[in-house]
Amino acid sequence: MKTFNYHAPKDVNEASKLASVNSVFLAGGMTSIPSIKLGLASYKDVINIKHIKKLSGIKVAGKSLIIGSTTKHAEVASSKDVQKEIPSLAKLAGRIGDAQVRNRGTIGGSISNNDPSACYPSACMALNAIIHTNEREIEASNFFIGMFETALKKNEIVEAVEFQIPEKSNYQKHPNPASRYAIVGVYLAKYKDKVNVAVTGAKSCVYIDSDLSKKLSSNFSTSAIEGIKLDSSEMNSDIHASAEYRANLVMTYAKKAVEAC
Amino acid sequence: MASLVGSRVERKEDKRFLTGKGKYTADINIANQTYAVFVRSPHARAKIQKIDLSRALRASGVVSILTGDEIAKDKIGGLIAGWAIRSEDGTEMKIPANPPLAKEHANFVGEPIVVVIAESLDEAKAAAELVSVDYKVLKGVVNTAEAMNGETIHEGIDKNLCFDWLLGDRKAVEQAFAKADKIIKVDLINNRLVPNAMEPRACVTDYNTASEEITLYTTSQNPHLSRLIMSAFGGVAPENKLRVVAPDVGGGFGSKINVYNEEIVCSWASKKIERPIKWVAERTESFLTDTHGRDHVTHAELAVTNDGKFLGFKNETIANLGAYARVFGTVTPTYLFGPCATGVYVIPAAYTNVKAVYTNTAPVDAYRGAGRPEATYTIERLVEKAAMELGIDKTELRMRNFPKQFPFKQTLVHTVDSGDYGAGLEKAKKMSDYDGFQARRKKSEASGKLRGIGVSSYFEACGIAPSAAVMSLGCGVGLWESAEVRFNPTGQISVYTGSHSHGQGHDTTFAQIAADELGVAMENIDVVHGDTNKGTFGMGTYGSRSLTVGGVAIVNACRKIIAKGKKVAAKMLEVSENEIDFKNGEFVALKSNKKKTIGEIAFALYLPGSRDSDFKSQLPEGMEPGLIETAFFDPANFSFPAGTHICEVEIDPETGEVKVEKYTAVDDFGRIVNPNIVEGQVHGGIAQGIGQALYENAQYDETGQLITASYMDYTMPRADNFPEFNLGFTCTLATTNPLGVKGCGEAGAIASPPAVMNAVIDALGGQEITMPATAEKVWRACKSLKKSNYKAA
Repeated sequence: MKTFNYHAPKDVNEASKLASVNSVFLAGGMTSIPSIKLGLASYKDVINIKHIKKLSGIKVAGKSLIIGSTTKHAEVASSKDVQKEIPSLAKLAGRIGDAQVRNRGTIGGSISNNDPSACYPSACMALNAIIHTNEREIEASNFFIGMFETALKKNEIVEAVEFQIPEKSNYQKHPNPASRYAIVGVYLAKYKDKVNVAVTGAKSCVYIDSDLSKKLSSNFSTSAIEGIKLDSSEMNSDIHASAEYRANLVMTYAKKAVEAC
Repeated sequence: MASLVGSRVERKEDKRFLTGKGKYTADINIANQTYAVFVRSPHARAKIQKIDLSRALRASGVVSILTGDEIAKDKIGGLIAGWAIRSEDGTEMKIPANPPLAKEHANFVGEPIVVVIAESLDEAKAAAELVSVDYKVLKGVVNTAEAMNGETIHEGIDKNLCFDWLLGDRKAVEQAFAKADKIIKVDLINNRLVPNAMEPRACVTDYNTASEEITLYTTSQNPHLSRLIMSAFGGVAPENKLRVVAPDVGGGFGSKINVYNEEIVCSWASKKIERPIKWVAERTESFLTDTHGRDHVTHAELAVTNDGKFLGFKNETIANLGAYARVFGTVTPTYLFGPCATGVYVIPAAYTNVKAVYTNTAPVDAYRGAGRPEATYTIERLVEKAAMELGIDKTELRMRNFPKQFPFKQTLVHTVDSGDYGAGLEKAKKMSDYDGFQARRKKSEASGKLRGIGVSSYFEACGIAPSAAVMSLGCGVGLWESAEVRFNPTGQISVYTGSHSHGQGHDTTFAQIAADELGVAMENIDVVHGDTNKGTFGMGTYGSRSLTVGGVAIVNACRKIIAKGKKVAAKMLEVSENEIDFKNGEFVALKSNKKKTIGEIAFALYLPGSRDSDFKSQLPEGMEPGLIETAFFDPANFSFPAGTHICEVEIDPETGEVKVEKYTAVDDFGRIVNPNIVEGQVHGGIAQGIGQALYENAQYDETGQLITASYMDYTMPRADNFPEFNLGFTCTLATTNPLGVKGCGEAGAIASPPAVMNAVIDALGGQEITMPATAEKVWRACKSLKKSNYKAA
């Protein structure tokens, strides 16, 4: 039997103190629970942070949209604030997994897990997000380190994600037909002086395609990126999609995203 | 009373299914039960050198751990192939032993080696991890086309060849081909599929030390047949000491026909440990060990004249049986495939040659359609290609080659009793607005998309089957069906059927039929199935047989009830039997118009006297009391549903995604008992067929690991992959059963894959592509289209 100690702390400090090398924070449990069930992971302590009230909620503050870490996908998808300020983010949340996943899975859980095919990391990258933890503020570009790897320390808890509200943005996803994770997801955000094109699913970790971002920053039109040949050598190749196909999808969806803006 | 047959009666079973009141095998718990977990081979092919149980036996909660040695010692038999197929050269098929627990060799990933039985599931799992099996890993044979060149899997079975079977006349075909203007050729792969029943397999076994009876609760499509096999071949217990119960079963699609290793092992072990045992498959176990479907590699040719007349057909197929031949494993690629290979056409000369091979993969057996989807895919791909090459409209070419008269004697085996293939095609053309396609194509092209239309005209042979015919072809059993109709003294009726419902809605349709026959309200009728201790022996449900064979048995039993009732009514109404008419549940004396209801007659048959009467019985002299009748129905022929499906797809050439835009199905199922249920069956079949064409693929890597063993990697189609299905029906009554019905359970899965693929290929300007037509494959095809500057016609 996979036994563990279950904790349901009421505040972040207490949760952080409980953490150890043999613990896991539980929010929606959309990855950790199946991992435990399948024997892929085992922990001494499971620390449920869902009861910490201040971690959940959505607010607009100036040019930022701030989403608490245990806010569920369904809440983001249906939030009037998100729909108004960053509609592409609401749409992204509304297409994660299925209804059951969206009613349990959280934004903090998703980015802390940093699945290479998850949708949210691309939003964080494109929307210049700042990840607020109980210890510090981390820029998205420093937060996502590698496959299932983030800058988080063992006892560090994501409290909120602060997105910079863009002029325009769009998210395009080519879902894996089986799992509905992103085979490729392209998040495009246009700011006054800069365009970010973030890509998930294509490589071992979410990234900003600097070439596409640069070209679109100087000329925001599909013609600006027409004919660009992406390097597919670092892209994933598996039974669902070859690297070459993924590279094509990144280009195709980058164009579609520009068209949609 | 209005006829219930033909009306949209709501499914009686849905209340229990939709409110969580169904009772499935996993819902059954017996006091003092233990839990079984199977240690399975992680290798596709390996020699089992040593099994060390010492650590596992010391683990907490372990009750017993058993291996192939013990099961062999107890002389428990293995799993069987139900049909004996003879090769073209007259030799019998080659069948390897398939012990319930592998003893010397493991031949596919997931094959059970050891069973661990413990007080709790967690303890059984933990102990199973401590079982140490020393394997010598051998090079596996995985690829279907290459299997005959691989290492010998089963000792004594050369080239891994089970049989090399021929149906038809090679010489006549060669002569026909010599006269042809054109030979159309296709090379096809019929992809391997995992059936994916919603409910995983499970069993609960219970041995009673006093009665010495084993009760097996299991997820089976055919509990009586399972008992027969386990008793006669498994030697688990004599039939009278083995009760098999298949309660609510959540889908089968063919994968629950077989008696599996786990059922045999748990039944045997339950007697050994004298305690109940429960086993429920995890989803991964279902992927690895449920029998898979299809997996053919085919080369086929059609000889045609320039004006589109079909002259001859040949089909060379390699069929993958997997590691072992199972119950319908050998008949699926032969007699369920070959006879339907020429489709709905007059083709004077034809043959089908099938080489069935063993590989180190999960056994392949019947899966919704079993053989007929493979046959239909082959002929319908050929016909569509012929239309393209001859420059004849694809519907016109089909029309020219349809039979004009019924019964239609096909070149190979079947004589089709009734049908009107032209009517179905015409209706499908109208319903799909076939003539408006070019305009829709232009519109798609204007937005940078490719559009294609595909047609599939099919027939299939189901309602299996005439016993003498199938037994002459090698079937190990007769395929009749039984029914028993029991009146209670107070007038309610239990209808027992030997068929089994695992989603088909028998509780409803069979009640409709019996209610019409007996003239009673449907609410008074309960349909009982799934328990060898209840009702007569029966053959179960597969091959779209329940209504056409089992339903007719119910009709015949009802008619025996009425015949007996008539005699009683005649006595009670003081007229002769031939002066009695039975109508709307009443026996009427024609002259006097005096009546007795069937309920009154049933009552009299159970209580044949009264305080006021004298010593004489109300029953005719010598008549036995009681009102219970049994009927066994053995059909005179198969049932031959047919129709035309038309599919329209749109492709985004930049991503390769295929969207099914329109799907029209026109089917002839003879008389329809319940349109709701029939439409549901067609929907499900089409969904699975579109799944096969566009999404589903059971993929093994070169070492024999199933790399699509979860829903993260195996694509099941979902509702948002489908448009609204546009369904229509034509009706020619079956002449071989009193209801005029034809099977409808598999038609959707048979007709749809070629309709979809023909549409995809049409969109790609004739460029051929294998199933499933995944986005990347289609994208690559679109790229080569661009290179050749092809413009869709």
